[in-house]
Amino acid sequence: MPLVRNGAAVQDPWTAVTTADQLDRSGPLLVTLDLWRTHRDRLAGRTGPLGLLLASDQSPALVADDLDRFDLIALEFPKFTDGRAYSHARLLRERFGFTGEVRAVGHVLRDQIAFMLRCGFNALDLDERAATGWDTATTAFSAWYQPATDGQAPIPARRRHAAQARAAAAVIRSAPVRPEPARQPDPVGSAVCAATWAY
Amino acid sequence: MYRYDEFDRTFVTQRVEQFREQVARRVSGELSEDEFKPLRLTNGLYLQLHAYMLRVAIPYGTLSSRQLRRLAFIARRYDRGYGHFTTRQNIQFNWPTLGEVPDILAELAEVEMHAIQTSGNCIRNTTADATAGVAADEIADSRIYCELIRQWSTLHPEFSFLPRKFKVAVTGSGRDRAVTAAHDIGLRLKRDADGRTGFEVLVGGGQGRTPILAVTIREFLPAEHLLSYLEAVLRVYNQLGRRDNIYKARIKILVRETGTAEFARLVEDEWAHIRDGDLALPEGEIARIRDYFAPPPHEALDDACPELDAQRAANRAFDAWVRSNVEAHKRPGYAVATVSLKPHGGIPGDASADQMEAVADLADAFGFSEIRVTYKQNLLLPDLRKRDLFAVWRGLTEAGLATANSHRLSDIIACPGLDYCNLANARSIPIAQMISTRFADLEREQEIGNVTVNISGCINACAHHHVANIGILGVDKKGKEFYQVTLGGAADETAAIGDIVGPAFDEDAIVGAVETVVDVYLAERRDAAEPFIDTYRRIGIKPFKEKLYAAR
Repeated sequence: MPLVRNGAAVQDPWTAVTTADQLDRSGPLLVTLDLWRTHRDRLAGRTGPLGLLLASDQSPALVADDLDRFDLIALEFPKFTDGRAYSHARLLRERFGFTGEVRAVGHVLRDQIAFMLRCGFNALDLDERAATGWDTATTAFSAWYQPATDGQAPIPARRRHAAQARAAAAVIRSAPVRPEPARQPDPVGSAVCAATWAY
Repeated sequence: MYRYDEFDRTFVTQRVEQFREQVARRVSGELSEDEFKPLRLTNGLYLQLHAYMLRVAIPYGTLSSRQLRRLAFIARRYDRGYGHFTTRQNIQFNWPTLGEVPDILAELAEVEMHAIQTSGNCIRNTTADATAGVAADEIADSRIYCELIRQWSTLHPEFSFLPRKFKVAVTGSGRDRAVTAAHDIGLRLKRDADGRTGFEVLVGGGQGRTPILAVTIREFLPAEHLLSYLEAVLRVYNQLGRRDNIYKARIKILVRETGTAEFARLVEDEWAHIRDGDLALPEGEIARIRDYFAPPPHEALDDACPELDAQRAANRAFDAWVRSNVEAHKRPGYAVATVSLKPHGGIPGDASADQMEAVADLADAFGFSEIRVTYKQNLLLPDLRKRDLFAVWRGLTEAGLATANSHRLSDIIACPGLDYCNLANARSIPIAQMISTRFADLEREQEIGNVTVNISGCINACAHHHVANIGILGVDKKGKEFYQVTLGGAADETAAIGDIVGPAFDEDAIVGAVETVVDVYLAERRDAAEPFIDTYRRIGIKPFKEKLYAAR
């Protein structure tokens, strides 16, 4: 299973563990919620990176106060039709301000890639077939209607910018002397744009 | 009407190309049917008994004549020359081939239409009162808010894999013509004491095997918070809705199991976090959408129309049509006319390509080129001068679309049933045809007055039999079709779930049973001004039961 993180295929350094006797392993360790709850003190004293795997019925709200202890939160899709983790990813990013890796694991298909990235996942555990469709999946749409977690300006914001640009152009056209307009960075697509005026 | 701008156009075109690529992967075998199914469903493509069925969205029931002509073209080119209009203001084509569907979607995109989210476990096409913008009793125009919801809900990244389908309906009038109480979310436009526009928010309505009417979780939601509040409801549902049992996965079960007060609290808690975020609707954005729905250039007319009065006096058939199919318009001298897709003995909701074109022509000649699709599976011309009604009626008569039965007994809602649908247990269309043939006498229909008869071919209740005055549900008993009758349901602002009257009737007895119900009503009603539902509410189910099962 290739792991794609921030758009690039990478080696997965993490070891997923499900039983207590595996907790002494070195290196990045991914534990279940049960293990975290039962062995919290032992794991908290650990030096290596720690990750938490949440099943689709386990909300990140359950560990909201502990999130700064984790470098990775893996959200499981038991079936691709179970969409709870989309909400969980958004909550992690938008409500709890989690800045580490948010990874989709389980039944992760290429036709869900774009939705996952928009909800704040930055790493996807894909099968080989899905990985080959990455480019198609991420470029199918040039803009979306809703504000989400991807920092992209949604269509309502782009409309406003387009209208402002048209208005500015009209002012320039009607000015008696036409100065060469200074080159402005295109604000469309910037996160600033999304933050200042979304809908 | 709403018009696509460059962003909408690009989006819908990209969606067509995405689906074309998905179909290619299915055809090549890269995608299994299990993997392809949710992809095709979110584009309205079902695999039915005999063939694929494509359901095309008609957002909040509004169509231009150009769009209706394109639907006629698709019906002729890719189907067998007709289309089927549904209670959810969609149109279904029953015979497309898989390979042609991307081409059909491209044809639709050219006229600013699509099939996005007409099926699947996502937010479906938002429905509205078909007379939005023209109804004399309107508080505010629901189309503005439906369009905002359409855009917000389109390929929503968080809510595309919900526990189950999710339907939103909006009514802009105190008289509920959008059946808001039978939807996952019902929005009723209202104004508060300060004159601000907002919504009463209902959740948890639905039909199927567990019919439940929606409950109010917020008495007044200011319009600028519409989308953030919807997002809060959906986020609660997406996380907590049941996924262990498909029959318990709708939000109605979550609301019932959680309790209304607790569910409302969960929504309010979530909403508190996001209400002032990126989804808040500035007045400028609402106004921008409102501008699209500015009224057409009406003339200043007297409401009285002596020409119309004279035509009605001279022509009894026209007079009967005006009485049943024409409704009040908010502008003096104008009227709203229902185009009946319920000819006696015909298939409810079906229209041929020729008929669609005839309606488009009449809309161009007399009605600002606009057409609506109604909850009752009819079409509607929303903006007619009263003085043109006679010419419109003649045109409709020529096209076989002028049956004077709007709101009458033969204005039956029926699902496709076992003739098309692979979920059905029994046929619906032939039962509708038999009933409407039995009651084909217009004078008798007029005597009976307004009554709703809905026929579903299975418990999924696509024809909304639970909220019909006379509901008929097809069931299968040991390989034979039977029909269960419910009485007293209502789909308007007095929404009610009907009561089961007793043992089911077989195909030979069901029409007689409907006739018996009508006879009891006629015998028991106080006078001709008391409609069926009022009589039923006054006398209860007993007299009907006694008469129906007297001989058993």
